[in-house]
Amino acid sequence: MPNKKIEEIKKDYKEAYKNITGRVTICGGTGCMAGGSMKVYDAFEAEFKKRKIGYCLNITKGCHENYLSISGCRGFCAAGPLVSVNDIFYTHVKPEDVAEIVEKTILKGEVVDRLLYTDPASKAHYKTTAEIPFYSKQERILLADCGRINPEDINEYIAHGGYAQAKRAYLEMTDEQVCQEMIKSGLRGRGGGGFPTGKKWDFTRIEKGPKKYVICNADEGDPGAFMDRSVMEGNPNAVIEGMMIAARAIGADEGYVYVRMEYPLAVVRMRKAIKQAEELGLLGENIFGSGKNFKINVMEGAGAFVCGEETALIASVEGKRGMPKVKPPFPSQSGLFGKPTVINNVETLATVAKVLEMGAEKFAAIGPKTSPGTKTFAVTGRVANTGLVEVPMGTTLRQVIDDVAGGTTENDGTVNKAAFKAAQIGGPSGGCLTKEHLDVPLDFDSLKTVGAMIGSGGLVVMNQNTCMVNIARFFLEFTKRESCGKCVPCREGTDQMLALLTDITEGRGTMKTLETLEELAKSVQKSSLCALGKTAPNPVLSTLKYFRDEYLAHIQKKECPAGVCKALSKYRIEAAKCKGCGMCKRACPVQAISGEVGKPHQIDPKKCIKCGACARTCKFGAVTR
Amino acid sequence: MEKKELGFVTIEGKKVAIEGERNLLELVRKAGFNMVTFCYQPELEIFGACRLCLAEVEGMGILATCTVKPKDGMVVHINTDEVRKLRRMNLELLLASGNHECTLCGKSGNCKLQKLAKDMGITDIRFKRKVTTSHLDSTSAALVRDSSKCILCGNCVRTCNEVQGIGAIDFAFRGYKAKITTAFNKDMGESKECVSCGQCARVCPVGALMPNHQEIELVQKAINNPDKKVAVHIAPAVRVGLGEIFGIKPGIPVDGKIAAALRMLGFDYVYDTSFAADLTIVEEASEFIRRFTEKDHLPQLTSCCPAWVNYVEKFVPEFIPNLSSARSPMQMMGPVLKADFEQKGGKREDLVVVAIMPCTAKKMEAKLDKFYVDQNPDTDHVVTTTGLANMIKAAGIDFANLPDEEFDAPFGTKTGGGVIFGASGGVMEAALRFAAAALNPKAKDGVIFESLRETKEFREAELKVGDIKVRVAVTSGLRNARKLLEDVKAGKAHYDFIEVMSCPGGCVAGAGQPQYEGWKIRKERAKGLYAEDAKLDYKSQDNKDVMALYGKVLDKIGGPVAHKLLHTHYKSQKEQN
Repeated sequence: MPNKKIEEIKKDYKEAYKNITGRVTICGGTGCMAGGSMKVYDAFEAEFKKRKIGYCLNITKGCHENYLSISGCRGFCAAGPLVSVNDIFYTHVKPEDVAEIVEKTILKGEVVDRLLYTDPASKAHYKTTAEIPFYSKQERILLADCGRINPEDINEYIAHGGYAQAKRAYLEMTDEQVCQEMIKSGLRGRGGGGFPTGKKWDFTRIEKGPKKYVICNADEGDPGAFMDRSVMEGNPNAVIEGMMIAARAIGADEGYVYVRMEYPLAVVRMRKAIKQAEELGLLGENIFGSGKNFKINVMEGAGAFVCGEETALIASVEGKRGMPKVKPPFPSQSGLFGKPTVINNVETLATVAKVLEMGAEKFAAIGPKTSPGTKTFAVTGRVANTGLVEVPMGTTLRQVIDDVAGGTTENDGTVNKAAFKAAQIGGPSGGCLTKEHLDVPLDFDSLKTVGAMIGSGGLVVMNQNTCMVNIARFFLEFTKRESCGKCVPCREGTDQMLALLTDITEGRGTMKTLETLEELAKSVQKSSLCALGKTAPNPVLSTLKYFRDEYLAHIQKKECPAGVCKALSKYRIEAAKCKGCGMCKRACPVQAISGEVGKPHQIDPKKCIKCGACARTCKFGAVTR
Repeated sequence: MEKKELGFVTIEGKKVAIEGERNLLELVRKAGFNMVTFCYQPELEIFGACRLCLAEVEGMGILATCTVKPKDGMVVHINTDEVRKLRRMNLELLLASGNHECTLCGKSGNCKLQKLAKDMGITDIRFKRKVTTSHLDSTSAALVRDSSKCILCGNCVRTCNEVQGIGAIDFAFRGYKAKITTAFNKDMGESKECVSCGQCARVCPVGALMPNHQEIELVQKAINNPDKKVAVHIAPAVRVGLGEIFGIKPGIPVDGKIAAALRMLGFDYVYDTSFAADLTIVEEASEFIRRFTEKDHLPQLTSCCPAWVNYVEKFVPEFIPNLSSARSPMQMMGPVLKADFEQKGGKREDLVVVAIMPCTAKKMEAKLDKFYVDQNPDTDHVVTTTGLANMIKAAGIDFANLPDEEFDAPFGTKTGGGVIFGASGGVMEAALRFAAAALNPKAKDGVIFESLRETKEFREAELKVGDIKVRVAVTSGLRNARKLLEDVKAGKAHYDFIEVMSCPGGCVAGAGQPQYEGWKIRKERAKGLYAEDAKLDYKSQDNKDVMALYGKVLDKIGGPVAHKLLHTHYKSQKEQN
């Protein structure tokens, strides 16, 4: 039974908050922290002290001045460290900017223009997040509080309506009602599989108890994906509340959060939030006086990608080697320690309370009928604004890349929407989308029809200077390393696919190599034990489907059209551009360049080791490859 | 009760009735398709790793049949172009994955990988060969491991864990670096957990884990040494195992042919370990009667299985006082032969004793310090059944067509009690035969303890002599043994005498025997021993040559000399934390 009712906490917090004169929020997401945001935080505190400006670090009754706090990831990682002073949103803030911010913005209410976000194309300044296209084009439901509230203060979460839905689920709804509500909402698992969450819960609900488990899968392993991390770092209480509701729905009294160890901050914030929830009596025994118990353990994974696969994850929690098992039995029947278990990923669980809050019908009305709700994407690669975005399911790829992320960029960072070549969606298990897919709605079913998958939501944008064969090779290198090694096609197949791809990128490929690669890829897809192996060939198969000509160029012409594959690059000096200055000749470490001063030089391809020193040295752009 | 109709599955057009099969693969095999796979073992959990049991199930797509429960109406295709292509691809990947040079491999001719490659007609591998040199670990006296040949099917890991409850080996590393190894990647000989039972090798489909045959060379050398006499004795289970390698039906005893072959190989004296088994019963059952009467550390535990003894020492040393002090038949035979040789004027080290055993742990047992006298071992060399087959083949002996010969006297005589040692339950039955007569001189021969001959995991029997009731139990497989001991400890089970064999099914199923799968062959071999038993004298004390030892080589049953030569002691080897 809570020591204090959540309604009282909410009221007290709001009362105390009214006395705040100003709020300074420093982004405490991993991206901004890596950029030095905690130094900015310290600088603010020092500046307040120096100027004897009143401030507090916690919202308490006596607090009546500036409130300095961190927030979770605000998604706009490319522009970090991020600081907001009330509504004003500053980007790329350094500790040395703090004095000016305090002087102008906090004391005088003025704006420091140079720290505002500047649109790279229009050069316009934007004062608030609401004005910035990156935010205004999103629909932030899950991430609404992420970056706004202090993730280390459960009271602020409660003040924003937190734990009210958990309370409703425990006191006003039956387990079956909770499941039905989730089924009605149409929420599908955000971890990649897209299985209807309500159905999963209901399967587990009808299994025999009394011991059941809820597991939060926070083993986000796709390279370039950081949605789950951001949610745990930015709003850990939303995950806890989701787990509580899931526990209520299936009749579990224990839960595990399985976080990869590479997410130390997420672990700290989850643990802190759990501790605070326990202190308030929200976790533990007799929750809300319902007579039901629920406790949550946080467990760190040892860094294996395959442990994101649910049966491997369960094995890992049990202290065994993280290897997938054959299904059935499904975790809902026999999961953790042989007990009925629900496994949902972070994003799914963090959405649960929102679904109950807005009501199943309203949630179901967002986005396409078969894939309702919003979805977060971690947009990285060649785009103007890399970061974390949330859009309704069914938003097109073009909208995400051009409108939200500010468009594709050249290698030097200038925006050039026409430079878009492909986007890898769904991480190493996903497929690539090309120009012709720019208007495909991003949802579970539409993507399936074009041979891709939404996966967990990693979105890597690539421009024209990307070699697709090399990209396939890159992803395969990852899956090869991360295969658990249990089944033959995945363990051996990924290794051999990589060897064949390497042959192609290094100029040893023949048409037979291509034929073998294709047969092998299909074979691994068809015959692997778990989803890791079944999807590992996707980067190969989808690049083969859409960029076959690039493979052929590597094989038949021994050329890499994008000029990426080193072994195939041929450095040449364009006689017309060469001034004969001799810079390249001096830079060449193997004396492959010859020529008289003032006359065009030549590269001896037999000696050239393709290091690129000549191209980097030439001031006239005469060296090409 | 009428049998419940479970329906039919159509496999390649053939309608096959479902009769409670565990998975579709078993049904496919029942339909007459011998689908060769690596990782499915009937007594182990379903693993689904080798992906060679693939089939297309209409409406469900391509599936690994070992992971599918048969359902009425399923239509299964195992020979479509796609299925064949997929199986072939996975096999090709395995062939490229390791050091699979058949001509240089001891498993050649008995290797599933080799068989499949041949059956599928694979003559070319399209992929890079990843490992081409061997990584041999021959530090264990019992087993050799060559990880370069391992196909990671996990049978060994699961057997050690699920059947033996030990877990001496497990997977380590992941993906293409995955390998099977001991704790802390130690050599097998250094493993603190391995009890040398060899069941891992018994389930290895390739040549990655095999009995250590390196001693054969030493045996050959001893035979060819004019200064040495070489005595050989064969364990009961060998006679019902060896024949299989030479095309003889499982379970048909070939002891006559073995005796002939051993003489052709040049052994000087050809004996039968069953003789020593009778001697073991005389000593061990006498010990039991004393302990039973004195209520001294009951239940008494049998001590003839070296892997089991090693298990007690390593994992449950609190039961050491319960172990019978009687040595195993092999370790009784050695000292008796050598003592006899010395009595006749020979020098101990001039008699080389070779034991042909169905077992890998026997190799470990023979090398234990406590079985050496002045640096000379009681048993010089142990060769497994398969090792003997290799020797026979190498010598070019046409085994199947050999005429039967007799074992040499006196150490070649035996009773039924000595022969049934080779089957799980046999030692206990032989002991009960001895005890029944010892406790009641009027007891009649021929009583058969049927309940001990079943193949259930746990079997029990009761011997009533007047007011005396002796309760005995039998189990095999170390995990089962552990469970039984836990029950004893918890006071949930009450027995006076327990027989444990490490290998499920007993010595006939030992890791030194020809490889087999499932229970059919094990049962046939045991049946062969019981058939032999029926032709012989009933109980061990009827072995006149054994009884004649007392007063000559030995003093009296349980006497000081008998104790020195025929009994031993144990020491805890449990790791202290």
